Amino acid sequence: MPHDFVTNLYVFVLAGFVGFEVIRRVSPLLHTPLMSLTNALDAIVVVAAIVIAGRHETKLAVILGAVAVAASFSNVVGGFLITDRMLRMFKLSRSRKQ
Amino acid sequence: MIPLGTSQLIDFAYIVAIALFILALKWLSSPATARRGVLSGEIGVGLAIVTTFFNPGLVQYKWIILALAIGAAVGIPLGLVHMTAVPQRTALSHSCGALSAALIGIAEYYMSLPRVSRFEMTEIALEVIIGSLTFTGSLIAAGKLQEILPQRPITYRGQNFVSLSVLGAAVVIGVSLVLNPNNTHLFPAMVIVALIFGVLLVTPIGGADMPTVISLLNSYAGFSAALLGFVLNLKVLVVAGALDGSSGFILSVIMCKAMNRSFTNVLFGAFGAVQVSKAKGEEERTVRTASPEEAAAILGAANTVLIVPGYGMAVAQAQHKVRELYDALTRRGVDVKFAIHPVAGRMPGHMNVLLAEADIPYDKLLEMESANSELPQTDVALIIGANDVTNPAARDEQGSPIYGMPIIEVDKARTVMVIKRSMSPGFAGIDNNLYYLDKTFMLFGDAKSFVNDILRELSGGSSA
Repeated sequence: MPHDFVTNLYVFVLAGFVGFEVIRRVSPLLHTPLMSLTNALDAIVVVAAIVIAGRHETKLAVILGAVAVAASFSNVVGGFLITDRMLRMFKLSRSRKQ
Repeated sequence: MIPLGTSQLIDFAYIVAIALFILALKWLSSPATARRGVLSGEIGVGLAIVTTFFNPGLVQYKWIILALAIGAAVGIPLGLVHMTAVPQRTALSHSCGALSAALIGIAEYYMSLPRVSRFEMTEIALEVIIGSLTFTGSLIAAGKLQEILPQRPITYRGQNFVSLSVLGAAVVIGVSLVLNPNNTHLFPAMVIVALIFGVLLVTPIGGADMPTVISLLNSYAGFSAALLGFVLNLKVLVVAGALDGSSGFILSVIMCKAMNRSFTNVLFGAFGAVQVSKAKGEEERTVRTASPEEAAAILGAANTVLIVPGYGMAVAQAQHKVRELYDALTRRGVDVKFAIHPVAGRMPGHMNVLLAEADIPYDKLLEMESANSELPQTDVALIIGANDVTNPAARDEQGSPIYGMPIIEVDKARTVMVIKRSMSPGFAGIDNNLYYLDKTFMLFGDAKSFVNDILRELSGGSSA
């Protein structure tokens, strides 16, 4: 079994536990923003896509990489934008203008 | 293995990004700090993208820049959709994320040929299968939510057998690729079969199950990104994927519990299929109805009112009228709160967003448990566009298809009022005994115009 795999598995298990503990505490009130935010964070895949497209090794890799860059970057932009729009709407009764 | 992130500086930036991601999720625990969480996530992703540009392996920037521009051009409108369209936007973004992960896995396979070890092939095959099926599955889910595709579950005889055979075929092709990674002609076949499986997986699932399906696809998209991190030995992806995957998983479990169903039941049960359970001893039961005038009088005389909104309220675009009702009653000194069932809406937490958009303060939104503890002391429970989640049969009738599903126990309030178009049953296709109780008044009509009529009565019956 490759050495890298074992290290990555450590990271995966630890991150999974951290994620579970942190996300368990997110109020059900915010479950929709939670999903759009994790979606935007997950779009960090864009860094791998940039490298694949930018190394210019084969034509296929450039095409697949560029499509992947566009797809994941749309999640970065759209995900953060909509999450912030949603969160801006949550107000307490005393802070409502009236 | 590609020498991604060889320079320590890039690695260091990625570690900072990971820390910012975890902080982002931590700050999301409360609405007061949540926007800080978004900022933290933005800085993390931004930092990671900028430092990646310094990767020494990059030789060509023009396609990257063009692709980033296209991504932004697609992402901005998707970030500006109406709040009722957030579920389909989310499904679409799961599919974009999965597409991206799958494409990178495919590119990695062809670039690593002919020196792909069996171990790497296993990782790539798994990653590409999950990414591909999540891509098409999420597209179908988005199509159903956007109502381009029929909401009703599409089923046929032997469906589960067909779907599982297709999945089996993908696994068999994957295994033969692992045994001989240079068998290049099998690779496209594996991708195509996985894409087909994604379609077959989601097509039979009905609209009522969409909250669970979206959460499940969320976790698949996360795990495909984590697997990609294994393939590329890129820990920032392993962490982000694990966070996204566990988030989706937690939400799926919450949604399943809220409907008292198992994953297998959601995926293979085709809930909400045309269950013709009618016409068995259909004795004519009578319901009591009330006019807007009577409803206004009851609401105005109450001390405490609990409103139970369902997706029907959003369909009728009634949330802003409901906010006006909230304001009018609050001005009269009535204590008005909202009870939110976990599956109200089309995705987890959707109803909260719709009510927040209508400017209803979030401290008035109660989770199911706290709503149930307040209901016995509540004067009026007003149900707008919700049905199955208020059906006492889920608690009382062992034979009912929804038996065991947690409900908002509105029948414990002193008076119950239900705004509804007609007596037609909800998603589960079953009758709601609540409507026949002595304490229940049916308010027949469109949610928006009925609430408007109540408002007019409350303001003195004069002008519109």
